[in-house]
Amino acid sequence: MSGQTRLTVIVTEVVAVNSLIKRFRFVREDGGLMPGFSGGAHTVVEMDDNGTRRLNAYSLMSDPADTSGYEISVRRDDTGRGGSLFMHNGVKPGMKMVISQPVNLFGLDLRAKKHLMIAGGIGITPFIAQMAQLDSLGHRFELHYAMRDRELGAYMKELSARHGERVHAYYDLEKQAIDLANLLKIQPLGTHLYVCGPKGMINWVLSTAKAMGWPKGALHSEEFLAPPVGEAFKVELSRSKITVEVGPTQSMLEALEAAGVDAPYLCRGGACGQCECRVTASDGEILHYDHWLSDEQKAAKTHIMPCVSRFKGERLVIEL
Amino acid sequence: MSQTQADEVMKSRPLYGTLTPKQGSSHFIVADGEGGDAVAALLNAAPDMKPLAHIVYIPGANGTDLTALLEGLGARVFHPAPSYASASQRIRKVLGDAHMGLQLYVAGTEGLIGQVQRDAIAAGLPHDALTTEQRGSKARRVQCVHCKGITENVTLDPFVCSHCGLNLFVRDHYSRRLAAFQGVCIDAEDPGEVPPSEERFK
Repeated sequence: MSGQTRLTVIVTEVVAVNSLIKRFRFVREDGGLMPGFSGGAHTVVEMDDNGTRRLNAYSLMSDPADTSGYEISVRRDDTGRGGSLFMHNGVKPGMKMVISQPVNLFGLDLRAKKHLMIAGGIGITPFIAQMAQLDSLGHRFELHYAMRDRELGAYMKELSARHGERVHAYYDLEKQAIDLANLLKIQPLGTHLYVCGPKGMINWVLSTAKAMGWPKGALHSEEFLAPPVGEAFKVELSRSKITVEVGPTQSMLEALEAAGVDAPYLCRGGACGQCECRVTASDGEILHYDHWLSDEQKAAKTHIMPCVSRFKGERLVIEL
Repeated sequence: MSQTQADEVMKSRPLYGTLTPKQGSSHFIVADGEGGDAVAALLNAAPDMKPLAHIVYIPGANGTDLTALLEGLGARVFHPAPSYASASQRIRKVLGDAHMGLQLYVAGTEGLIGQVQRDAIAAGLPHDALTTEQRGSKARRVQCVHCKGITENVTLDPFVCSHCGLNLFVRDHYSRRLAAFQGVCIDAEDPGEVPPSEERFK
């Protein structure tokens, strides 16, 4: 991991928010205060799932002004690789865990005149921390939160109680949808737009805003990708002079770590750019899944992001 | 008059492009001096913009005055102003009342582009949200780092600060916040030993 120290924490609360979402609270084992963070930050939670090391990034949802602990929410993904299932089934109050220092790749631009936030489903979590921060700073904000139904509308009640008419809910099953074109049209100059949720929603919001003339610098989004599964492949490391086998359900980064290579990483979700590796030879197709490399870089096959991307072909050599 | 070519590169030194039409709900265009030609080229290339366009034009400090050309373009609003100071209240009001989707274009001297950019940032726009084109005089707006006074239309280097009288060397170091280049005393160690001034910014 890149220049980061980890925090040893105790799980003090595990709350079933609804049938799919659990909330966890962590405090420091040594009783000290947590490092400060800003709204939008995440932490990488390390899990020991019966010998398999899993590291997943989760947005911090607690009030950034409260450094007595961190809270995250985890949506159970029954078809995922197992991290969220471990959090749901294996993590109990009193357990000791290791988490990373907070990292913010989805920070607020406090120069904005207004913050317009659009959340889909579990994508609400970074906004809960951001709204607490903006509320105490006295900044202007507005949340539009789309979710499947009232049962899964985690946190809507608390958010309405705290932020009143600044939060708006949309329930898919009640045929409610965000009137995005109108919403984007009526925002005062100097508004920044933030979106977090499923990929389709992020693409829809960003492409609509761009088409309506919103400048790139006013658009912010965050989507953590789970490393996709795929076919097994081999990767040669030109500096370490070893070849590592990547299994079908393993990411290249995880395979490198299992082989004892101290590869750089931060978000492990294709967003931050920290794990970028130069490709020195590739006879085959690089399956780029990240949000980091430009389309030109992806096409040029000169770089790969081992946290999410894979390879299909004869030979891949990276500089590591 | 063709586009002004930038001849130095320093990281903080702003670079400019060409006015090209952007997708937007309204178009706010500010120009000075020879920048008027860039505005005419923009609106003639994209006449659909005209009913949504608001132009503020300031004749150049060098005497270039394209008011008649711009007045005849058929923009929804055309407002001539004698100086940036006299136009700034309108510029801030337009930005303050606008909605996202407004596109901002600036053409002309660096001093003008920088001041509109500064006001746009104050209105909450990202610094790179403007479409800019440098035209006409390369004269600089310079802040004396000693007395903090700003001298407009600096063409000579070194030059004498119009506020405190120090001999200033004009650096490429640029401040977006001040919309000005930095001027530093050139003879602090050996007072009076000043190299001859050259006309570096025509």
